[in-house]
Amino acid sequence: MDKIARIDLGAEGGPKISFEEVGEYTGLGGRALTSLFVAKEVNPLAHPLGAENKLVFAPGMLSGTTGSMTGRLSVGCKSPLTGTIKESNAGGQAAQVLARIGYAAIVLEGKPAGDDLYKIIVNKDGITIEKDNSLKLMDNYPLVAKLRGQYGDKVAYITIGSAGERQLLAASIACTDPELRPTRHCGRGGVGAVMGSKRVKAIILDDAGMKMRAPKDPEKFRDANRKFVEGLRKHPVTGEGLPAYGTNVLTNVLNEAGGYPTRNFKGGVFEGGAKLSGEAQAELEIKRGGSATHGCHRGCVIQCSGIFNDKDGNYVTKQPEYETVWSHGGHCGIDNLDTVAKLDYMDDNIGVDTIEMGVTIGVAMDAGLAEFGDSEGAIRLMEEVGKGTPLGRVLGCGAEITGKVFGVEKVPVVKGQALPAYDPRPIQGIGVTYATTTMGADHTAGYAIATNILKVGGDVDPLKTEGQVELSRNLQIATAAIDSTGMCLFIAFAIMDQPETFQALLDMLGSFYGIEMTGDDVVALGKKVLSAERDFNTRAGFTKHHDRLPRFFYTDPIAPHNQVFSVPDEEIDQLFNW
Amino acid sequence: MNVTVKLFASFQKGRFTIEQRAYPAATTVREVVTGLAIPEQELGIMMVNSRHVKLDQELADGDTLALFPLLGGG
Repeated sequence: MDKIARIDLGAEGGPKISFEEVGEYTGLGGRALTSLFVAKEVNPLAHPLGAENKLVFAPGMLSGTTGSMTGRLSVGCKSPLTGTIKESNAGGQAAQVLARIGYAAIVLEGKPAGDDLYKIIVNKDGITIEKDNSLKLMDNYPLVAKLRGQYGDKVAYITIGSAGERQLLAASIACTDPELRPTRHCGRGGVGAVMGSKRVKAIILDDAGMKMRAPKDPEKFRDANRKFVEGLRKHPVTGEGLPAYGTNVLTNVLNEAGGYPTRNFKGGVFEGGAKLSGEAQAELEIKRGGSATHGCHRGCVIQCSGIFNDKDGNYVTKQPEYETVWSHGGHCGIDNLDTVAKLDYMDDNIGVDTIEMGVTIGVAMDAGLAEFGDSEGAIRLMEEVGKGTPLGRVLGCGAEITGKVFGVEKVPVVKGQALPAYDPRPIQGIGVTYATTTMGADHTAGYAIATNILKVGGDVDPLKTEGQVELSRNLQIATAAIDSTGMCLFIAFAIMDQPETFQALLDMLGSFYGIEMTGDDVVALGKKVLSAERDFNTRAGFTKHHDRLPRFFYTDPIAPHNQVFSVPDEEIDQLFNW
Repeated sequence: MNVTVKLFASFQKGRFTIEQRAYPAATTVREVVTGLAIPEQELGIMMVNSRHVKLDQELADGDTLALFPLLGGG
């Protein structure tokens, strides 16, 4: 990972590729690299879909090594959905392959004048870019199938579906998994629309002839990785719960805690929750010959995913995540896992964020476009998005725009991005994260659920306001650092509870780069990333008044706890004051 | 008194998902857990009527007790 490639799509005479040293980004990866790069090079007042925006692809600091769990790819830009800086990361094979080919980042910049569509091929010999208008408006599954015919099965594909080409604000960027399914998405913030604005349909990554990245101290690295894997296998969350039931094990937990947003945030308990639960999902997957345990990239030891088949045993989609099962399920009053799986497939295929789309359909149901609980209605609305009809384009631009177009008052978004599957009224800590994160409403940015609800890494009462700002601050700092390493965020469950597993992670980083790495260094990295992101947002026009939840969370109590969100604004405004 | 006991994830194996169970007055969560042969170190989340509780919480007639192993996701 010693070079950065820039591809200027708007260059005179056609796209121009140039290479440069990593320079000031040496030793950085993932979110640290994308956010520092975007904060430095993109005008915060740029239109996100214009030539001034840049789309940065960066593997993590440890991606492409033999280190376990290092397969996250970060994509950064100014978000067309939120207007803020954006880092969206995904699993799949892309990060490992891109890192092994040797790139710390690939940057798409400029904007082509015409309507031609491009594909980019990255391999050991360099980078080529080709026009390919035969790919126009193809969705991800048929697109990858077509590309496999030409480039084979020993590569990784990064693609956008029709939604990205149409520059819909919920559009995602898909990465293929080990079986070459386009199921792992940089979902949030409309990064797919930015790729579409550059007219790049696919990036093909081929690491043939390349080796694993070599650590400075191979023996120490191997030893640290072994201890790290042992720690993940030993912890009940990463060693048992996630492999057996996946992330959707949370449906029953959140429902039982009264924090499961139901029918567009009108209640905290969904009567159909058990039918959507991770326990029910795992049983169904196994019964139908799928799998309840599957890794999104090689080298994953947690294996939180799975394979969801239909009743005849045919593949439908990868195991839908908790947030997807919620957004397409309880949020829309739907209690049918087959409906959720079908919608998850459609999201992946069209290339849209499952959280944004599910929340949008729930908002559309609130507007009367379909009844809550209407599976056929939800699928019909998704089909509109895939066809790119005027209604589909409105829906594909997310919850905020849909709410405005159809006159819905209660639209669950912060900075234009839909809230995920945890109500901030009975879980005050996650509300602080939603309000303040540099990304727009995002649970992963500071996952207070762990401490508020799951009692991992400490215990802070979810119903009280005390301690929530400090909790969210610490989690946001730690997350910004982890998102830079290429590590899957789920390692946090083990490293928060087990000091020796955190030490093993520090030793992996230290032995790989030949430096001493301490907990303080991790904190400093996290703060540096957040500060750069926050500064970008300030220059883009965001103030403390944008760090608020939609008004109804302060005025409308929700059953069963009958609480509103009540962390004082003055406390919220101290989150970045460290 | 009657208590609704709900078990989740691995706790369901060899036990049940949901049952109405009779207990003497002032039975604690710990006593229910012990009676179900759930090892205390496996307990992650305990809730009574949607609120987190500790093992020494006394139960009341009509309560719903939910027991989860240590879980994560997101």
